[in-house]
Amino acid sequence: MVLKLEHVMKKFGDFTAVDDLSLEIPDKEMFGFLGANGAGKTTTFRMILGLLDASGGKITWDGKPIDYSTSHLVGYLPEERGLYPKLKVRDQIVYLARLRGMQKTEAITELKLWLDRFKIPEYENKKVEELSKGNQQKIQFIAAVVHKPKLLILDEPFSGLDPVNVEMLKEAVLSLKESGATIVFSSHRMEHVEEMCEHLCILQKGSPVVHGSLKEIKRSFGKKNLVIHADFSLDSLKNYPGVVKSKPTMEGIHLQIEGEYIAEKILKEIVNQGFIRKFSLEEPSLNDIFIEKVGDSYE
Amino acid sequence: MNSFWIILFHTYINKLKTKSFIITTLLTVIIVLSLTNLNNIIDIFDKDGGKENVAVLDETGQLYEPFKKQVKLINKDIKLSPFEGSVTDAEKAVKEGRYQGIVLLGMNKENLPLATYKAMSIADSSMFTDLNTSLQQVKTMIAASQIQLTTAQLEKLYEPVSFEKIALEKNAKTEEELNQARGLVYVLLFIIYFSVIMYANMIAMEVATEKSSRVMEILISSVSPIKQMFAKIVGIGLLSLTQLAVFLSVGYFSFKQNMESLKEGFMGVYGFGDIPFETILYAVIFFILGYFLYATLAAFLGSLVSRIEDVQQMITPMTLLVVAGFMIAMFGLGKPDAPFITVTSFIPFFTPMIMFLRVGMLTIPIWEAVLGIAILIATITILAIFGARVYRGGVLMYGQSNSFKDIKKALQLTKKE
Repeated sequence: MVLKLEHVMKKFGDFTAVDDLSLEIPDKEMFGFLGANGAGKTTTFRMILGLLDASGGKITWDGKPIDYSTSHLVGYLPEERGLYPKLKVRDQIVYLARLRGMQKTEAITELKLWLDRFKIPEYENKKVEELSKGNQQKIQFIAAVVHKPKLLILDEPFSGLDPVNVEMLKEAVLSLKESGATIVFSSHRMEHVEEMCEHLCILQKGSPVVHGSLKEIKRSFGKKNLVIHADFSLDSLKNYPGVVKSKPTMEGIHLQIEGEYIAEKILKEIVNQGFIRKFSLEEPSLNDIFIEKVGDSYE
Repeated sequence: MNSFWIILFHTYINKLKTKSFIITTLLTVIIVLSLTNLNNIIDIFDKDGGKENVAVLDETGQLYEPFKKQVKLINKDIKLSPFEGSVTDAEKAVKEGRYQGIVLLGMNKENLPLATYKAMSIADSSMFTDLNTSLQQVKTMIAASQIQLTTAQLEKLYEPVSFEKIALEKNAKTEEELNQARGLVYVLLFIIYFSVIMYANMIAMEVATEKSSRVMEILISSVSPIKQMFAKIVGIGLLSLTQLAVFLSVGYFSFKQNMESLKEGFMGVYGFGDIPFETILYAVIFFILGYFLYATLAAFLGSLVSRIEDVQQMITPMTLLVVAGFMIAMFGLGKPDAPFITVTSFIPFFTPMIMFLRVGMLTIPIWEAVLGIAILIATITILAIFGARVYRGGVLMYGQSNSFKDIKKALQLTKKE
């Protein structure tokens, strides 16, 4: 059940929204889509779901294109949240679940489980318009997963939620993954992707600038972060060869260096200058990579 | 269950439960009931059996009897009684409400009747007309006897001229039949016009609501937009048939019950006495086809707007088409065989109303009706194919979209390259 995108392209008139995108998303994995606004994430999702036809290339899941015959296996949480405002939560979920091929009674049982899990069982018979935005979002999430999809596409699942609810939703997503769903999700929040995904892809104006497993991406990025806390002045390190960026902090300095070997050199350099409280070599954060890959080209 | 049926029944049942639907249906049922029970209702308000008391002050002493006789012939409900007393007394009696009015009868110099009618208000013109006509007849009789005409001579004078209309075409409708057809066709045309506007509106609103609440994106990822569009059209169509069935059955039974009193009244004149089966059959066919034609149009127009407020603006051209069709049909009621009517009955957007008008009022060759139906079906098919493509792109479009340029944009969105 591999989701495969091969040289996918989408043009709207003269505008190219997605350009030569090739991806392979392994079965039962969590795949993160990153990208600035307008990078083509939503368009890509819509193409995967078959809502839009690709102008070029091929998208297959388990060797076949996704269409309405597989819709009962697919769950989708669109970026623009929307439910019927006048309908009760229960009627709403049952209707949407039945459209995805579920039986009514089964949908109700499943809905109750999810409402309990999100600690909002009292909302079952309330109209959606009466709920707060955060709770509406939970209902929306339930609508996307209630039919136990094998492939789940979440467009910005955590936007607009408070930290407690983000945690709750994250747990839910992880448990779905454990139960065997392939999950593709997009986010602006690097830490969510970093925390949850094995594989990811950063889109930049429709084409992938970074793509692969998280570990590999970090390794191949090469650059590392070095945090030094010391009692003496570290200002001289700013211009040390091999240091890409530096940022003084209250207790010392934050450096981005070209490789591990630079850290070794720096350590030798400063070890005799005084007491060093902290000397730690860290993996680059996804945020660093994103800013480097995407931020630079904005300039 | 197939997702088509799920959407269909979801639409149907949800709309059936809305307050506005229940209220409109109830209101219309009340109107239908009160129309068919018009006579009973009038009787309730006229408690004293509809009798109107009029006092007659006859100065001559010989006009009262012939006048009373004539009045009785013209309107049984007017009850005349001689009044003994002065004019002031009579006026007082009217003011007290004992009489509706008084008639002062006298003679002029030529010995012909002369009268004055006094009442609290002279708004009730029908009674005055009846009294006037009666007195006119009395005067004619007196005048006739003065110039020594015999009754036979008088009758000859008043005999109506014999003037008959005969249509040469075979099976052509007689004058009487035409009159009957006109009333029936008028009512059915109105039902078609009204329902098409109401339900097409409902569909456009329904689509726009799903779009503006953004639930559309989940829907189209579960079920194909084309299936959704048709499920919705059929669902609301079912709703319209439900409503129509309620109206017709209430109307039919209420009508049956009041058959006797209604046959005498205007309903009999306008062809509700015995409704030809053919006309009803054509009405149902053109109602359904007309509905599908405009519903398809409304659905794809609705898919183009992203805010509910823009719906009306978007479907105004469509509403104008319906109104134009209705206007032409109204004109055609008086002149159903005009060439203009014949031509417009083959223009798809007018066919439902105008072709129905023609089959209802004229005896046209069957192939013309069939051709009209075929044109409609072809147009609906083309519109559905085109509309479905627009709908598919339209539902994904957001932002400022209330112009017809968007149709092009929507089509482009569904294109492959």
